[in-house]
Amino acid sequence: MAAPIKSPGHVAAPGLGGVGDSALRPDGTLKVTGEFAYASDLWIDGMLWGATLRSPHPRARITSVDIGPALAVPGVRAVLTHRDVPGRGTFGIDGADDQPVLAVDQVRHQGEPVALVAADHPETARRAAALIGIGWEVLEPVTDPRAVVADPEGLKVQGLGGIARHQPIRVGDVAAARAAAAVVVAGEYEVGIQDQAFLGPESGLAIPAEDGGVDLYVSTQWIHNDLKQIAPCLGLTAGQVHMTLAGVGGAFGGREDLSMQIHAGMLALHTGRPVKMSYNRQESFFGHVHRHPAHLRYEYGATAEGRLLFADVEIVLDGGAYTSSTLNVTGNAASLGVGPYEIPNIRVDAYGVYTNNPPCGAMRGFGAVQACFAYESMMDRLGAACGLGPVEIRRRNAVKQGSRLATGQIIEAPAPLADMLTRLEAMPMPPERDTSDLRGLPGGVAQTTHGEGVVRGVGYGVGIKNICFSEGFDDLATARVRLEVIGGEPTALVHTAAAEVGQGLVTIQAQIARTELGVRRVVIAPADDAVGDAGSSSASRQSYMSGGAVKTACEAVRAELIALAGRRAGPAGRVPGDLTVAGGRVVSRSAGVLGTIAEILGTEVIEATREFHHRPTTALDPVTGQGRSHTQLALCVHRAVVDVDVELGLVKVVELAAVQDVGKILNRLSLEGQIHGGSAQGLGLALMEEIVVSGGLVRNPSFTDYLIPTILDMPPMRLDILENPDPEAPYGLRGAGEPPTLSSTPAIVAAVRAATGRPLTRVPVRPEHLVTT
Amino acid sequence: MDFLRPTTWADALAAKADRPGALPVQGGTDVMVEINFAARRPEALLDLNPVRELAGWDVVDGRLRVGAGVPYARVIDELGGPLPGLAQASRTVGSPQIRNRGSVGGNLGAASPAGDAHPPLLAGDAVIEVESAARGVRMIPAAGFYLGVKRSALEPDELIRAFWAAPATGPQYFSKVGTRNAMVIAVCSFAIALHPAERRVGTGLGSAAPTPRRATAAEEFLAGELDWERRGPLADSAARRFGELVREAAAPIDDVRGTAGYRAHALSVMARRTLTWAWNDHRAGATGREAP
Repeated sequence: MAAPIKSPGHVAAPGLGGVGDSALRPDGTLKVTGEFAYASDLWIDGMLWGATLRSPHPRARITSVDIGPALAVPGVRAVLTHRDVPGRGTFGIDGADDQPVLAVDQVRHQGEPVALVAADHPETARRAAALIGIGWEVLEPVTDPRAVVADPEGLKVQGLGGIARHQPIRVGDVAAARAAAAVVVAGEYEVGIQDQAFLGPESGLAIPAEDGGVDLYVSTQWIHNDLKQIAPCLGLTAGQVHMTLAGVGGAFGGREDLSMQIHAGMLALHTGRPVKMSYNRQESFFGHVHRHPAHLRYEYGATAEGRLLFADVEIVLDGGAYTSSTLNVTGNAASLGVGPYEIPNIRVDAYGVYTNNPPCGAMRGFGAVQACFAYESMMDRLGAACGLGPVEIRRRNAVKQGSRLATGQIIEAPAPLADMLTRLEAMPMPPERDTSDLRGLPGGVAQTTHGEGVVRGVGYGVGIKNICFSEGFDDLATARVRLEVIGGEPTALVHTAAAEVGQGLVTIQAQIARTELGVRRVVIAPADDAVGDAGSSSASRQSYMSGGAVKTACEAVRAELIALAGRRAGPAGRVPGDLTVAGGRVVSRSAGVLGTIAEILGTEVIEATREFHHRPTTALDPVTGQGRSHTQLALCVHRAVVDVDVELGLVKVVELAAVQDVGKILNRLSLEGQIHGGSAQGLGLALMEEIVVSGGLVRNPSFTDYLIPTILDMPPMRLDILENPDPEAPYGLRGAGEPPTLSSTPAIVAAVRAATGRPLTRVPVRPEHLVTT
Repeated sequence: MDFLRPTTWADALAAKADRPGALPVQGGTDVMVEINFAARRPEALLDLNPVRELAGWDVVDGRLRVGAGVPYARVIDELGGPLPGLAQASRTVGSPQIRNRGSVGGNLGAASPAGDAHPPLLAGDAVIEVESAARGVRMIPAAGFYLGVKRSALEPDELIRAFWAAPATGPQYFSKVGTRNAMVIAVCSFAIALHPAERRVGTGLGSAAPTPRRATAAEEFLAGELDWERRGPLADSAARRFGELVREAAAPIDDVRGTAGYRAHALSVMARRTLTWAWNDHRAGATGREAP
């Protein structure tokens, strides 16, 4: 069958930029002019529309299912339940396989999929789904994650749970250190449920294939891991399911788990027709996992001079009913639980638990965000107790190259945290308030103040994030690069399965190809499974991993090109190392220019496919939490300046300043966008973004009431980007997408604390937390 | 669902008489969202956007008559002088795209307690002109228009033609609390209008009760308290008392956007602040800020 309309094709990368240039993105102009084809724009003649019936209850038994009324609706082509799942009934992102394709005899969270409908029109499908009669026996939901830690056997919401993972860390002797400490401070913190709030809801198209399989066009973050889960559930072999990445409207972790992929595949196989599924905004809030909410209990001790002696930490992460990424999120919360500080005695207990609250999994920052809010709040608390300012207390305890993390892992690459703090502190402060423009004041044009009650505060935050997958996972990446002359010009075709999710990956890939091959024209093939696994577009890893794969494949192509030139050049060309590619030509040191790339290639086509692996990591010891578990570590530090209306509890973030060490700037424009965006997402968590849940039910599944920062909330940023290379990484780069999401949250909350004098132990901070009513 | 699209006011009234169950669409910024999410399934939609008579405003006998279809963007651009409170409120509505489509008429039709236009209409003694084919025109004062949550005095066969308001003769202010600095639904809101010629004060509260409402006791207290004669300074105690009376006029609820306690508190602060701005303007001979 032909490809659908609005499915991605080959894209010529704009401009001529190589590594280090601010090359423009091929999708940038299309997106801002509304022309970009997202997955929700997919279309093929004759397609049906799928809809999902979801549970209204956080926990209930299904006593009966009557699909008759839905089937009777004219235009309905299929109504499917768990009985119609062709293969395995469960799936899961990290091998837990505990998530039902469709609920069998009970539901464990609000919004859990129960039945599917395919119809001629999306509205028909939705209405028919609503007519499916489900008999419910509503059960009392388990909604307190700390109660689950206390009684994991008594509060199981499914066969696996209770506690999904308990990761301890044990270093030194905490009791002895507590006895020796001159200063001991304690705090309890809470992090609400943040949503990825990507703008393009879950969408895709499934087309039955001639071999009995199915072709999927979906917006996802990891094609090959999707396929690994989809094929067994559809009862198909791996080779019968093919996937092409459709236009992705943001991801942030929320597309790591499957959403509509298996469902659309089932409907397509059942009806023999293409089936499109596209969630609306409300359904999207139930269609993907969120950031784990957390309860965090911290106790720190230090010398009178503020040198940390011990940390005693308990972190409880609520993963909801199914495993998703909870195991690895919990691992991150443990290993990064005390942040980038040298602490000789550590006790951490991180728990990820199952409840009937909304399902949680991957989101930008992945377990490190929750811990960062707590450990940074603790650093401020400790500094105050020691009579030290926020920068000094951090600098005194900062890690550096050669330091040991809580896991015992040595930071081998540069980690100049103290220097970063000094640079941050030295950055100029924003100007004083201008009360003549309401847009610069808390409340904005809603005019809650003309300057009355407004107090300025300054706060600092530091974060450390692991880059690439951890704990022994070999998250390889594959790239295929093909060099040929097209229309007289040497052209590199770069093909990977790596998901461009808006982060700018394809631009980077083209820059790498230009730099490595010396060509101007680079074409990016659509990401699909016709090439090997790229791993996930997550963990800030694609520049490192797929970038590394493209670089390696390009090196192989270049070597072949040089060999070709050498063969043509005769004996002079056979001297090893004599030939190089420079300025679009193959050059011999001894014999000069052998020819342009086009001349050397002629009609030859050189193609290479290469896998790239990062250095192996190890698991964390299940008892002591020790291990060389992380591939790479990245630091970002923020200073926030806020104006708070202390009478109304409204906040205007005046400025965010950040220092981040990225090893090597591949594309400054894209990189600054990542830092701005990550900081904005951290601002959202600090001040407004929360899925509000009561009794397991989501109370605000809309952008009316789940608020994300607007341009009047996100301030201008001052950036200082450092390039201390990591010798292990391609070009020395350090993953950059996640670190700014960590540290902006605690910096902003610290600034609001400074302005209000309130302890603020929960994010997001709400206006009613800032005033006495 | 039928889609009715009259192009004249007479045809619109006839259509509404014929199909009282038809849901009028003005800008569509509320109605279409509800339909997209299947929150409403009216038997018919009555699209009033093409009705030319609703699209303009006029001055009749010294009073403004603003058509129900005039979008917020035009209220801001064209009516900021005579209706500063409403223009300020309009500036807080949604995004530029929403302000280009959404209208005061639509806000009145929806009659949500959170509608941004309501408090300044109340404070400015606006009158709503409604009409039916059978009974002709009715003039309903804003204070009598809102009957319950999303319920108004509009009869099933009536449509909103316009609202009437006197050009401001004194300062007016609108203030709205939201949990972000733009594009946000009111957690609660407050409008004040000084009517120096009558030595009277108008108020309007939003998202503070099942309907938008006035704080009558606060208005009466202030009318007697202000030094209209000499435009003397405002006593801090009077401003605070005014805030307390506004707070007492509210009957807010706890919901996902805020707590009842916070809303009551915020109303008292907004009332005090807006009064202070308004009185200071009045003392300086000005009529309040225009929307930025």
